Amino acid sequence: MGKTNGITELSCPTPLATRDTILLGHGSGGKLSAELVRDVFLPAFNNPSLAKLNDQAVVAINGSRIAVTTDSFVVSPLFFPGGDIGSLAVHGTINDLAMGGAQPLFLSAAFIIEEGLSLAVLGKVVASMQRAAQGAGVQIVTGDTKVVEKGKGDGLFVNTTGIGSVAFGVEMSSDRARPGDKVLLSGSIGDHGIAILAQREGLEFESAIESDSAALHTLVSDMLASSKDIRCMRDPTRGGLSSALNEIAAQSRVGIELDETAIPVRDEVKGACEMLGLDPLYVANEGKLIAVVDRDSSATLLKAMRNHPLGSESRVIGTVTKSDPGMVTMRTQLGTTRIVDMLAGDQLPRIC
Amino acid sequence: MCLAIPGKILSADESNGLLVGRIQFGGIVRSARLDFVPEARVGDYVMVHVGFAISRVDEKEAERTYALLKEMGALEAELPPEDNESA
Amino acid sequence: MKYLDEYRDGRIARRLAQEITETATKHWVLMEICGGQTHTIMRYGLDELLPRNIELVHGPGCPVCVTPLETIDRAIALSLRADIILVSYGDMLRVPGSNADLFRAKAQGADVRIAYSPIEAIKIARNNPKRKVVFLAIGFETTAPANAMAAYQAKHEGLTNFSMLVSHVLVPPAIRALLASPSNRVQGFIAPGHVCTVMGCHEYEGLVRDFRIPMVVGGFEPVDLLQAILMLVKQLESGVAHVENQYVRSVSYQGNLPAQQILQEVFEVADQKWRGIGTIPRSGLRLRDGYAAYDADRIFDLELITADEPAECISAKVLQGLKKPTDCAAFAIRCTPENPLGAPMVSAEGACAAYYRYRRQPVAS
Repeated sequence: MGKTNGITELSCPTPLATRDTILLGHGSGGKLSAELVRDVFLPAFNNPSLAKLNDQAVVAINGSRIAVTTDSFVVSPLFFPGGDIGSLAVHGTINDLAMGGAQPLFLSAAFIIEEGLSLAVLGKVVASMQRAAQGAGVQIVTGDTKVVEKGKGDGLFVNTTGIGSVAFGVEMSSDRARPGDKVLLSGSIGDHGIAILAQREGLEFESAIESDSAALHTLVSDMLASSKDIRCMRDPTRGGLSSALNEIAAQSRVGIELDETAIPVRDEVKGACEMLGLDPLYVANEGKLIAVVDRDSSATLLKAMRNHPLGSESRVIGTVTKSDPGMVTMRTQLGTTRIVDMLAGDQLPRIC
Repeated sequence: MCLAIPGKILSADESNGLLVGRIQFGGIVRSARLDFVPEARVGDYVMVHVGFAISRVDEKEAERTYALLKEMGALEAELPPEDNESA
Repeated sequence: MKYLDEYRDGRIARRLAQEITETATKHWVLMEICGGQTHTIMRYGLDELLPRNIELVHGPGCPVCVTPLETIDRAIALSLRADIILVSYGDMLRVPGSNADLFRAKAQGADVRIAYSPIEAIKIARNNPKRKVVFLAIGFETTAPANAMAAYQAKHEGLTNFSMLVSHVLVPPAIRALLASPSNRVQGFIAPGHVCTVMGCHEYEGLVRDFRIPMVVGGFEPVDLLQAILMLVKQLESGVAHVENQYVRSVSYQGNLPAQQILQEVFEVADQKWRGIGTIPRSGLRLRDGYAAYDADRIFDLELITADEPAECISAKVLQGLKKPTDCAAFAIRCTPENPLGAPMVSAEGACAAYYRYRRQPVAS
């Protein structure tokens, strides 16, 4: 490497990174995940429904429109304040259906269980799933069980696949945002991700931060009843608000401008994020949605959302623009502008 | 570098010869080591970095200098609000 | 949050920016050393508020960025051993070594764990008596006392399975090396507020005296940085050069004495390699002989591999403030956070990463 007095001479010794293995970052909902879909799955499976890259696919069967979605849950720890892998699995899939405007009807539940998991733990998870499904008016109608050798699974993985029916005239898709549209958010961000991180890393905050995991389909149906001009909805799960908005901006080929002061963050989440050097924009949510709507409908929609218990803190957080297509920017509390980029992989707590 | 944030000492305890405080950061409370701030008392604010308090916030100095800043700020107009409420 | 939110006040920030504009009659080149300050500047778009004749350049204040390649390679090699648990601060996991990074090592089965505090590494050692715990102890003077305390505690508890891989860097020698360079353009420094919280301000007197360049110890919030810049500009316009303290709520002239004491007890000053820059004499810390039993460098038998260096990365020039990330031909094209060519793109605090995340075009000038 360099010489002692060669301070102005040096070059950087980092080699180019090759990527031929899967990294944890490929599962975090950010750029690496998007690349994987684009480079591996899309070319292989290749069809128009998949190409829309929504959280669900709406397909036509014998004249009816059916929404179908699947989601796997690998959260660790299995139990956390505000939920567990089971309730998460039910709410998450219901929400993916709801984001397509579907009425969720049926779920399947597949379990990949690590040898040695206690039956009591499995029982607790299953009971939680039943409660969540019942609360949402959805039935778990089929399933599957596999057991893997000890060491080959993280205790328990759950996959839920859901089907729902989409009413005539409901056409929501991430490629439909138009300049002038407004972006609405149903409530505070960062709760779920911080709850999980705190539990997993043993961060021991005095009063536990709770996940916001919840089924959003009744909020969605209230919204659809109040307006037909909703372009798309997304629940900002892994990758946070930033990922969901960047995906919409990319698929609709529009810009999105956010107002930092409009985005609600709970005090506990803010404190935890400040401490760990995390940005709430990138932290997962499990009980929130964003909706891109025609600007003339935003007032009515906001009212409808605020009337629902899961939307009481709804805000207009941004506008869709023509400029900088594919890019999300934010007007900071100082009145300056910054880019809200998609993260490559997971956000890491920093000391720097 | 050196991410350190201010928090308020809610209580302090000595266990195994180590001084540990319960610190409030906005909406959360977390413990931190107080080895480097022996002069800190309950109710004081400290700057915490990687689980250790590295300074006691000088509240008098902070107030004095901030008062001047506030005066400056008062001369500046409010930012025009974003079209936020749409109603 | 008190002592945080009020320093993000938009009106005060804009008023300070206005005063800077009214005070600065010439073009001034200012450097902030600390990655955390770079982060704030980019995240709040402070360069958008500043007049065009104030040029901000970013210094090598990212201990993650400047950790030597060998240290990363050693950490990775250690982590791949079955009997070792490697514990590290989160920032280090994505920094590329010669062939891999700690994240990839983890993907290959290495036991790599993130700690928020070095005391967690001690806990892991206590709870895993049959395995060896190696803590990757990096940072500037801000983090050194906490890291020192871990070693001190390990020694006093008589832990036999705990050691630290140390790579500590000191700020004043780096500033001296920068200022002594014939290509230096920096005319004023914002000194790092949390480093000075530990070490005090007096170390900077010698630098100011020898180079006649003003230095203001600055905090990390937008108002702090703008106020520090205003203080620097006022000095420069008056043709004076002093050490001043903007961050009075945390920094005292003598610094934190108990923290300095533990540094003295556990560490000693040594020559240190800075990635992308080279060796700067007496610019690092190593464990004293009394702590040899906790020094991973001395305990483990490690082979060093040096890689060929791609010429494309200009991080050396970026780290010295001679170039901006946007001056780099590879910036945002071949060099991105997912595919970093150099350390300043990898670390969230690196200048290149900050530019990439918050703004990809320079403010029109």
